Amino acid sequence: MKANFQTKLKRVSRTGLFNFWRNGTVSLASVLIMMVTLVVIGFILFGSAILNTSLTELRSKVDINVTFIPNAQESDILHIKKSLESLPEVSLVTYVSREQSLEAFKQRHADDQSILAALGELNDNPLGAVLNVKAKDPSQYGSVADYLQGQNILSANNLTIVDHINYYQNKTAIDKLIKIINTAHTLGFAITLAFIALSLLVSFNTVRLTIYMSKEEIGVMRLVGASTTYIQGPFVVVGVIYGLVAGLLTLILFLPITYWLGQTTQNFFIGLNLFSYYLVHFPQIFIIIVGSGVLLGAVSSFLAIRRYLRV
Amino acid sequence: MIFFDKVSKVYPDSSVALEDVTFSIEPKEFVSIVGQSGAGKTTLLKMFLAEEKPTKGRVFYESIDVHSLHKQDINKFRQRVGMIFQDFRLLPDRTVYENIAFTMEAAGRSDEEIEADVPHVLDLVGLADKVWNFPHELSGGEKQRVAIARAIVNNPDIIIADEPTGNLDPVNTHDIVQILKRINDLGTTVILTTHNKGVIDSLGKRVIAMDKGRIIRDDKEGKYFS
Repeated sequence: MKANFQTKLKRVSRTGLFNFWRNGTVSLASVLIMMVTLVVIGFILFGSAILNTSLTELRSKVDINVTFIPNAQESDILHIKKSLESLPEVSLVTYVSREQSLEAFKQRHADDQSILAALGELNDNPLGAVLNVKAKDPSQYGSVADYLQGQNILSANNLTIVDHINYYQNKTAIDKLIKIINTAHTLGFAITLAFIALSLLVSFNTVRLTIYMSKEEIGVMRLVGASTTYIQGPFVVVGVIYGLVAGLLTLILFLPITYWLGQTTQNFFIGLNLFSYYLVHFPQIFIIIVGSGVLLGAVSSFLAIRRYLRV
Repeated sequence: MIFFDKVSKVYPDSSVALEDVTFSIEPKEFVSIVGQSGAGKTTLLKMFLAEEKPTKGRVFYESIDVHSLHKQDINKFRQRVGMIFQDFRLLPDRTVYENIAFTMEAAGRSDEEIEADVPHVLDLVGLADKVWNFPHELSGGEKQRVAIARAIVNNPDIIIADEPTGNLDPVNTHDIVQILKRINDLGTTVILTTHNKGVIDSLGKRVIAMDKGRIIRDDKEGKYFS
């Protein structure tokens, strides 16, 4: 009577499980090394989440103010506001009236009596109304500013009602910020790739070493006529178990780590609590971490053992 | 049954392991191959098991050229040969039972057969009480018996024993040789390599003597010459 496929699968899995258990020290070492890889992958996940949140935050902090001359008509300004809102690059336009500008100015200089006194000397409110414009992307402020420059025709009595646009004063700062954001993205991506490649190599080599130790065993199996799949199977199973165990341990390890980092990141990176991010995205992170572990273990074993199967 | 046809093996560093070796072995024969280390005994066995390819000549097993076999067929072929080594080569992480069961599993035998046959062969080699021990818990003689049990469990056509007594004391050597003799009496071809004079003299079977890769003597009822 011949053993069927199911029996073979059962034997391969059982042998793999036994090997994992009996080579306790080697298994522990491999699991730990693999955990390093998975922790790196995890940190990269968290890192990119932090980076993205802070970049979004930074982007939303960039805006331009269009200041109008004090005697500009409110209706004209609202007209400009409307036309700005119709631009595809613009995400939000806020109107700040002359009175609100004055309030804000007074508040900003509440400690400076001389300025407040000077302000009191004037009969009229010297400040103009302001339109605060936020673009969808910082790189689009240039075209928004240019558009406003072209809007001069709209002004009453052929006089420009726009006093100044602070984009031109902040241009260098905004350009710099755009550069930083782009660099951060590219750099983050490059570092991610480098780290993942490095840690993959380390894990792969560890699995290879454990198989190297079984080199002679593999030779013996060959000589008693075991087929390639039958020899390879248990090693791949062990690799999968390494990945599975390492993945689960990594996920558990992330609980205290993210909890501990959570408060810090929340204060530092404007509102992103790493711990709650971890909990909310747990299903995706689970799949990525455990999946990478299992894949890494299986592929490493599969590739590593091929070398010793040539007898 | 086995036929070596003008087989030569030259390694890449141009050292000659075998030179123009021709001989045949009939079914149920007990053949000892003797010679000093480096005489080519182990190379000869490797040629037969298709572990290494000859530089010249061909090796036949029942009219099949073993070096023309495909990988899968080589596995099938090896399952018909039982191997015993000087250094035992048991799987260190598996119990005595599992070591023997592995060979049967590799041959695709069913669980029922394995459960029935493993205790049976262990009984044959006198190790019924060591079923659940690991190799490192056994003495040299015991390990070699496990190796013999492993070699015979699939009812092979041929047993190849490469210096099986090289690491054993005289008492165990005697026991192992007796077991091999019994296996041969039951109808299995046995090929034994050794440089133990006492073993050869006590057997009184065919002896092939080798030196520097050549066969220098082939006696029907040989004694050990050196």
